[in-house]
Amino acid sequence: MRTPIAYFVVLSGVLFTLGTLGVLLRKNALLIFMSVELQLNAVNLALVAFSRMHLALDGQVLAFFSMVVAAAEVVVGLAIIVAVYRRRGTVDVDEARGLAG
Amino acid sequence: MDDTSVGISGMAWLWFVPAIPLAGALLNLFGGRRLGKLAGLIASGAVGLSFLVSLVSVRELFGASVEERVVTEHLFDWISVGNFSVGADLRLDALSATMILVITGIGFLIHVYAIGYMEGDPRYGRFFAYLNLFVFFMLLLVLADNYLLLYVGWEGVGLCSYLLIGFWFEKPENATAAKKAFITTRIGDTAMLIGLALIVSETGTLAFDVVLGSPDDTIAKGTATAISLLLFAGAIGKSAQVPLHVWLPDAMAGPTPVSALIHAATMVTAGVYLVVRSAPLFELSGVALTVVLIVGLVTALFAATCALAQDDIKRVLAYSTISQLGFMFMAAGMRFYTGAMFMLVAHACYKALMFLGAGSVMHGMHEETDLQRMGGLIRRMPVTGWTFVIGALALAGVFPLAGFFAKDQILEIANHTGHTWIYLLGTLGALLSALYIGRLLFLAFFGESRSEEAEHAHESPPVMTVPLVLLAAGAVMTGLLLSSSAEGTLARFLEPVTGPIPHGDGLSTLALSLIATAIALGALAVAWWVYASGRVDRVAFRERLQPLPRAAAAGWYVDHAYSTLFVKPGIAAARFSADVFDTKGVDALVNGVGGGVRRLAAAGRRIQTGFVRSYALGFFLGAVGVLVWLGTRL
Repeated sequence: MRTPIAYFVVLSGVLFTLGTLGVLLRKNALLIFMSVELQLNAVNLALVAFSRMHLALDGQVLAFFSMVVAAAEVVVGLAIIVAVYRRRGTVDVDEARGLAG
Repeated sequence: MDDTSVGISGMAWLWFVPAIPLAGALLNLFGGRRLGKLAGLIASGAVGLSFLVSLVSVRELFGASVEERVVTEHLFDWISVGNFSVGADLRLDALSATMILVITGIGFLIHVYAIGYMEGDPRYGRFFAYLNLFVFFMLLLVLADNYLLLYVGWEGVGLCSYLLIGFWFEKPENATAAKKAFITTRIGDTAMLIGLALIVSETGTLAFDVVLGSPDDTIAKGTATAISLLLFAGAIGKSAQVPLHVWLPDAMAGPTPVSALIHAATMVTAGVYLVVRSAPLFELSGVALTVVLIVGLVTALFAATCALAQDDIKRVLAYSTISQLGFMFMAAGMRFYTGAMFMLVAHACYKALMFLGAGSVMHGMHEETDLQRMGGLIRRMPVTGWTFVIGALALAGVFPLAGFFAKDQILEIANHTGHTWIYLLGTLGALLSALYIGRLLFLAFFGESRSEEAEHAHESPPVMTVPLVLLAAGAVMTGLLLSSSAEGTLARFLEPVTGPIPHGDGLSTLALSLIATAIALGALAVAWWVYASGRVDRVAFRERLQPLPRAAAAGWYVDHAYSTLFVKPGIAAARFSADVFDTKGVDALVNGVGGGVRRLAAAGRRIQTGFVRSYALGFFLGAVGVLVWLGTRL
């Protein structure tokens, strides 16, 4: 008996929501970054689940792409966060508001 | 050369007459300070040379038979548009010949005088550059063979007049006087330009030959009246006739040689020249001639009364010039064009003489111009004094000086052609002339010295007194040389151009002459009795006549009236435009648009908080919105 698709979708939705709330509510750049990863993986989960449901490989391929890109993005993102920390002594995103109008 | 003109050919150097002063002006303008004292010599030499060329040209003219006394010289095509063309054409006939001799001859003497008068002025060279430029434009004006070229000269002399009245522009009132002169004459000039446009629309050309040759064929009588009156409006402005006379007394702010050359001898007579030159148009109209006559008469009397009460020596002479110009227009208005021209020549001599004499007085008295502070000057400066006496007698019309013949002829024609009222009023004008010039003469040169400066006045150097003597000789002799009677020498010379002299019957010439002389001498005697005999307290005399002298001294408040009627409303309108319409209307609109954009931007920049998380919220909400939208479409 296969696990119903709804389980996966709901889990994916919960994870995505947690990620989104983290992005919106957290001030620490590192935690925001982790929340973004959570969102990405929530989407990956949904992709793989739907891929299984349709018995097509497209979704899984896309999930792989997404993971690769996420890995690359982590490298760049962490580098930026380190650079910001070196320059400002903090990773609080509310402190970095030089573009305020 | 234009083949439509009859005349002597082979005179290809007429253009030298205006070109030499122009060259002098350019030399002085670009030579600047490097020329130093040379400037005066160059300028005087240029005008002198121009005078010689004029003399030769006029001699050539005399050589031809009477009908052929016209020389035209085509220099180049100036404007050529379709059927309309204007050439740079010069024309020498009896009329322009008379004018160029006056301009260059008297101009030369005034230039020489100015060498002494302007000595030590910081802008010595520029003065002579302007003066030469003036002579160039004046010669262009009288030598032009079409109205447009004449207009170029007309505006050019106006410009030079402006530059020279305001020559000592450091004093604000001089600059104001210059502006006043320019703007006032501009009123007339604008009318004149409209007149020229009307001529073009009627005849399709501006050439004298066509327009004045047989105007009855091409121009309707009513149009001729319009054209004549518009041209005369220009003459009113330039020749300072009522009601545009107000600029000339103020123009005395300029250096005295300028007053002599521009505001007595030449430029202000351009109006008379214009009327005489355009005589066929005025004749065709008829009404226009009456207008000329009336304006001339009113001006002659009006300005003479003003001259009676002035205390500034130059202002007396300025009002006198206005009055004398009025006499010239009177003559022209009675079709006595040769009389107008005769008066022009005579007046140029004796009025230039008197202006230069006044300049010499100012020179000897540290720029004093107040008659009340002079007196007895003839003992300190005999040459100036006696030449001035000659000038004054000439103006008063004492036999046998120039003014006698000029004024006497005009009054004689008035009497003979049945203009009895004109004769009587003209005689009154002559009486007033003799009175005011007698007052000036006796106040300045006779009686007691009334100030320190008058006690210690000194005679001017020969470079100034020699021109005075020569002009005095001119004032004595022009009358005798140019006239034996109303149909005398100058009149006969001018007749082919100006047409025959009007004839009629009236009192005999001898009787009229006796009346005129008696009036002149009588008025001079009264002036002597009041101002120099010491038997009359002239201050008390003046007080008893109040408020008349005060009103006359203020020019019968014409300036005040213009100020109230035109200047102040004009300034108020400008103030309204600037302070209300511009600031509160136009500026408010522009500032409103700018301010609106700023306020919009201020509202917009609030979105840009700089908080990355709020941008993320924006993304999120946007994404949700898109999803909802897609969801509703499914």
